[in-house]
Amino acid sequence: MDSMTLIAIASIVTAGLTIALGSIGPALGEGRAVATALSSLAQQPDAASTITRTLFVGLAMIESVAIYCFVISMILIFANPFWNHVIALAAGK
Amino acid sequence: MRLSPDDLIFWQYGFLKLNGTIVSTWGLMFVLAIGSKLITRKLSNGPHRSRWQNLLEIIVTSIEKQIEDVGLRHPQKYIGFLGTLFLFVALASLFTILPGYEPPTGSLSTTAALALCVLVVVPFSGIKEQGLGGYLKSYLEPTVIMLPFNIISELSRTLALAVRLFGNMMSGTMILAILLTVTPFIFPIVMSALGLLTGMVQAYIFSILATVYIAAATRGRTATPEPTDELSV
Repeated sequence: MDSMTLIAIASIVTAGLTIALGSIGPALGEGRAVATALSSLAQQPDAASTITRTLFVGLAMIESVAIYCFVISMILIFANPFWNHVIALAAGK
Repeated sequence: MRLSPDDLIFWQYGFLKLNGTIVSTWGLMFVLAIGSKLITRKLSNGPHRSRWQNLLEIIVTSIEKQIEDVGLRHPQKYIGFLGTLFLFVALASLFTILPGYEPPTGSLSTTAALALCVLVVVPFSGIKEQGLGGYLKSYLEPTVIMLPFNIISELSRTLALAVRLFGNMMSGTMILAILLTVTPFIFPIVMSALGLLTGMVQAYIFSILATVYIAAATRGRTATPEPTDELSV
């Protein structure tokens, strides 16, 4: 198997695995955050605006981890430097 | 498939490039600046005021109240910066309604620039509020061992701000492009509505996080937050 095929296989498999594994954690974390926010809203409805605002900020922080994994996945598929290098070598030959 | 509006080049001369990011940023600046100038030409204090002035007042007072709620005292000093951050990012994603428009925040250059602005403003306002010695001493709290971690957290917060906004905007436009190739038209429209929602939320998040960072820098790291008035009976 030449290096071009190897790079392609590694990039594709890693891109899929990155986003698959990387979205499990944030999804679980966000589920717990929303569940706790709902129960505290039920206990103290007049603090609703503070709770909602803090919930959104917390969700954005948790979501960032999934976004990092997504960006890595996109880079591997669309802006892969190793693939570009190997393609340039093959085209130059 | 285009990864960012940086690759859409309108005009090039040597290494000076006019790409999609710059053109849409200029368009947004034009709309914001000229719109505000036109609306605030004849401000009225009385009970009769134009609709647009009312709209601007609603926006400004709600942003000021939000800044105050998060714990940053004297919001008038910071509302210029924070309000502009919010309005720029919100308008950038709101204009995705227009056909043929790509949000400039979908390019890492724009979001990195905005995050760098926050990185500069936070120590600047901290020093202005607490003095150089007081601000630098806040890095040594709670103990001296935390100094490298505090410095690293400053840098990683900035990086997180940039990548979070970039990732959200880019994924919105990319999902739309991918869906347009495989499904009938109704699904991309629904995804575009979702992209609009996340754009607004991300604009709010960006400005609220900048507010929290400035509040932490101006108040000192070990100050306890004041209890909010809405919870007191």
